[in-house]
This record gives sequence, C-alpha cells and structure tokens, in this order.
Amino acid sequence: MKHFRLGQQEIVFAVFAALFLAFSIFLKGFLTADNMLTLLQNVAVLGILGLAMAVVVIGRGIDLSLIASLAVPGGLVLQMVQNGHSLHASLLAAGVLAVAIGLVNGWLIAYAEVPPLFATLATGLFVAGLGQAALFQLDVVQWSDGMAGFERLGQGSILGIPTSIVMFAIAAIAVFVLLRQTRWGAFIYAVGDNAFAARVTGIPSRPIVVLQYVLAAVIGCFAGLVMAASVNSMPTRIFNSTMIYDVILVVVLGGIGLSGGRGGVVNVIIGTLLIGTMLNGMTILDIPYAGQNLIKGVVLLIAVITDTILNPRNEETAQQGDI
Amino acid sequence: MRTHSLVIGSLVAVTLAAAAAPALAQQGLDEPFQKTFREALAGKTVAYVPVAMNFDLTEGWYAGLKKELEPYGVKFEIRDPNWNTNAGAQAVTSLISEKPAVMVIHNPDVQTYAKLLQRAESEGIYVIQINMGSAYRSSAFVGANWIEIGERQTEGVVKACQGKSNKIAIIQGALSAAASAYTLKGVENVLAKHPEIKVVSSQAADWDAAKAKAITQTVLKQNPDLCGIVGFWDGMDIGTAAAIKEAGLTGKVFLATSGGGERKGACELVKNGSFDLNMSYDVPTQAAQMAGTIKWLLSSGVKAGSVKGFEYSTLIPITKENADSQTSCWNLSDLKK
Repeated sequence: MKHFRLGQQEIVFAVFAALFLAFSIFLKGFLTADNMLTLLQNVAVLGILGLAMAVVVIGRGIDLSLIASLAVPGGLVLQMVQNGHSLHASLLAAGVLAVAIGLVNGWLIAYAEVPPLFATLATGLFVAGLGQAALFQLDVVQWSDGMAGFERLGQGSILGIPTSIVMFAIAAIAVFVLLRQTRWGAFIYAVGDNAFAARVTGIPSRPIVVLQYVLAAVIGCFAGLVMAASVNSMPTRIFNSTMIYDVILVVVLGGIGLSGGRGGVVNVIIGTLLIGTMLNGMTILDIPYAGQNLIKGVVLLIAVITDTILNPRNEETAQQGDI
Repeated sequence: MRTHSLVIGSLVAVTLAAAAAPALAQQGLDEPFQKTFREALAGKTVAYVPVAMNFDLTEGWYAGLKKELEPYGVKFEIRDPNWNTNAGAQAVTSLISEKPAVMVIHNPDVQTYAKLLQRAESEGIYVIQINMGSAYRSSAFVGANWIEIGERQTEGVVKACQGKSNKIAIIQGALSAAASAYTLKGVENVLAKHPEIKVVSSQAADWDAAKAKAITQTVLKQNPDLCGIVGFWDGMDIGTAAAIKEAGLTGKVFLATSGGGERKGACELVKNGSFDLNMSYDVPTQAAQMAGTIKWLLSSGVKAGSVKGFEYSTLIPITKENADSQTSCWNLSDLKK
C-alpha cells in the first residue's frame, strides 16, 4: 500500500501555487498571457541549465563546471565568427570543446575517481581561464555580422511563443525521453541510486558516468548559445557570477535529491517555475535588489524547513548522505 | 686712409660673422630640459591595478598608457585581480613594498583601497586613480564624472519623453558599485526638476546583460507606453536593447546608456538603433591624460601626495549624428598596434 507523502516536490509546488495565486490576485498585470510568456522566457536559460544539472545529480554527481560550459563554447562561436571563420566551423569547434569538457570531467570522476565536487570545480576554473587567456579578446564577446540569422535561436517567437521557451521545451522533452525511454537513462538512475549494485548487475557504470558529464556539457553549451542569441553577445564573465547556485537551487528545490537516483524533468520545471514567479513578481512590484534577496532567501528557507519537518531524516536517508 | 682701413676692417668682420653664423647653426643648440626629462622617465616602473583585464575599458587604458610611455623606457607591471576585491587589495599591498614610481589604480569601490593608497603616497609612490575614485584624494584622478553622466543621460530621456507617457525605467548596475550610486544621484538631480516624469521601475541588474533583458521585458509588458530607459553601462544595456527590440518598440523607447566608446560596443550599437544615446568617456583620451600626468609628475620631482588634482573626462555624447565619425569611437585593435 502506498502512503501519500508530501515530498519536497509537492511542497515546492504548493509554495509556487500559493505565490502564483497571491500575485494573480493582488498584482495587477501579473496574470496576463503576455506576462506569463515573459516569466517563462526570463528563466528559460536557467531551466535548460537545470536540465543539464539534473542529469548529473540523478547520477549522484554534481557539475560545477556547467557555467564554464555555457560561457566558453558559446563565446568561442561568437569570437571565431568575429575573427572571420564561418558559422558552421565555429559551431563545430564549440561542440567539440563542449564534448571535450564533458569527457575530461567524466574521465576524472569515473576512472581517476576524483570526487565530482573537486573535479568539476577544477575543470570549470581551467576552462574559464582558458577562455580568458587564450580564446577571447574581451570578456563580453560582441555579436558580428557573420552571426546574422543565428539570433533567432533566442529572439523572436515560434507560433506566438518566444523562441527561448520553445528551446527550453525541446531540451526538456529530449532529456525526458533520454531519462525515461532509453536504456541509458535507466542506467543513469541505477548508477545514481546505488553505484555498486549497478556495477554488480553488469551495468557499465563508468561509461555511464562519463556519458552524464558529456550530456551536461553539451546541454550547457546549448543553453549558452540560446543565451548569446537572446542578448546578442556573450558575457563570458558570467562564470564569476553566482549563477551556478541558482542552477543547483532549481534542481534541489524542485525535489531532485543530491543523494542521486531520484527525480526527473518535472522537478526541474517546478523549480524553474518557482524561481521565475518570484523574480517576475518582484520585478513588477519594483522591490529593491536587497529586498529581493531577502525574500528569495526566506521563501527557500520555508521550503527546506517544511521538507525537514514533514520528512525527517532517518537512518536510511542519513546513510545515503548528501553533499 | 683711416676710413679705408675701417671699411676693410668692418668688411672682414661681416665676412667673418657671415662665415661663423652657419657654423653655429650646424652645431645645434642643446635644449636644456629634455635630458633630465628622459632621465626622469627611463627605467621607472608604472604599476597598473585595474578591477579586471579583458574588458574594453581596462584593456584600452593599458594599451594607451603603454603606447605613450614605453618608448621612454618606462616599465609596466600589471596586476589583474579579476574582479576579486581581496586579490586587488593584496596586489596593492605587495606593490607598496616593491616601490614602483607610479601606481595607476582602478578602484572596485570607495573604501577598500583608500588607506592603502594613502600609505603608498606617504612612501613616495605617485597614485593616479582612474574612473572610479576612492575616498582618498591622491596625486591625480582621471575619469568620468558619474553624476554628470547620470544627469545628461536623464536629460536626453526626459527630452525624448516630451508629449509622451512620461513613464521611464532605470536599469542600475551593481548596488555595491559607487559608479552606479553616483550615476543614480545624477538621475535623481534631473528628475527633481521634472516632477511630471514617473519612474515605473528602478532595478539593479548587476552589470549583467541577461538580467537587464529580463527586467526590461517584464517592465515593458507592464508599461508598453514607456517612453525612455536610463541604463548605466553599455555592456549591460545590450540586454536592455534586445528586450526593447523584441517588444517591437525600437525607436519608441529612448534608451540612454554610457560606456568607454569602443566601436563595437558603442558606435555600432547606436548606428543599428539599439542605443539612442551613449555617453562616452573616451578611453584613449583618458589614457593619454594619465600618460601626460605621469610624465609631468615624474619630471617635476614633486613629493608624492603634495599636489592633488582632478581631470574629469569631457564626455562625448554618441548619437545617430556622430556614430559614423572616425573620432567618436575607437578600436581596441588599433590602439594595441
């Protein structure tokens, strides 16, 4: 018999619903089709990154180099086109770079058995440094004429829906299919749930770990291209920002436990919606920046505390361990 | 007889003088000051601590200073704290013990380096502060007057709003940055004179184009009749401009911003209609002014900290009219040549 338990996913969804309802009732101009699209559009890139992080976290890892995967290959495309290379060659180079980042991460973690926290922290710094020292002339890589047409990846709309939302949807469907419909996806869950048991049953656990990080880097690169297209430039300095925390927040808040093997695309969408609703509502209210951080912190604390009260730690979850 | 010899005598004298004069010109005349000037500069070290390299302003200052001073045998040392204030303070501290002749400092905020810079000058190092001053007044400050930038941007927006909705938005930089706070003061100064203008949104986007775009999108959805936006930096306002363009409001919402006047980041974007006004503090001129000040300080031999002055940059308002001109903007690649 299955008990209905209020998990973190449900709690966060409830917080989201409550916020959404409150804004809809009290905030003029919040509940309009236009504003809903803007809300989604503003968090689309964050959502795509959340999907990348989700793949890794489900496999019981973490990828701190994700923002470097977003900034450096994307910036490389803009820089190469600016230097006179063709768009196709530049995209190819960016793809190769993203796969290489993933392979190095995966190899370090699966074969050299470096903890993911340290391995990806180091590769992220390395890749960001490589970009600054060797690839880019300036931190903000500007759009150039050779990129004409490519901005459609992040601007404009398809059938009335802003393109970046469509891109988020495409990425979400692709990750959903991969995780739920393919054998590889099932293996990722198995490795994340219990790596030793997975290996005993004959799952190629090391290659699966490498696969997770390659996927994350490639999805990260895709997010970077959408972002660059959306703001007509690539601010590669974004690596120094706190964006990686927002990404982890979206994933963990949505209910994908850092202990691995649980959750899925739906959790990422819920986490993204909550962050998006908060940001949008507070912008409409014109709340000062400091106040925004305060409110964000309080809402997150409420979600986490409620989860701890309703789902207390027991012997089993404690042994699973969190990061 | 006497007169005769006199005539001959004077003739000889004239001939001698005529012969001597070209000889004198061929020998040349020693300009008495240039040697001491050259000696004052040769082998001296100029240390440069920007908040970070790799962006148009700091790269431009560096290239401009190098071009002016290196031919005189001045050595350059660069410490790149890469946006890390602590690393910057450490760099300044270690520089004080290395005793360069001049330090060119780009402050991350008003307080962090203030005490350190005072110590540097008391140890005999000239300190030149660029664009972002600290609370300590050093030998020279070269840079933009942020209050004026805020005022002139807002005046542009207010003018564009005449006969329209009078609703404007403000996209600030990072709250901790004094440049942002000073610019905001300038904005407030002008708005105080124009009570008809209504600020519907005043938010900080952390110098981040993506955040600026998100904020602008939301604001434009709520206020489609917005008539102008005051943005605080062109590198960030690319995002603001992208949001205006996506809403189909290019030309209807007047966007004023500011920056260093690099061609790709300023003139090109004014030309394609992304920005309507870009107040430029013209980085190469700032670099030339700093280089001039360094030459003056080193050759004067004044005691560090005994003279203190300011060189506020004369701003170039870049609009559609002058965006095509060769002198409105500059190319980093040309400056590096």
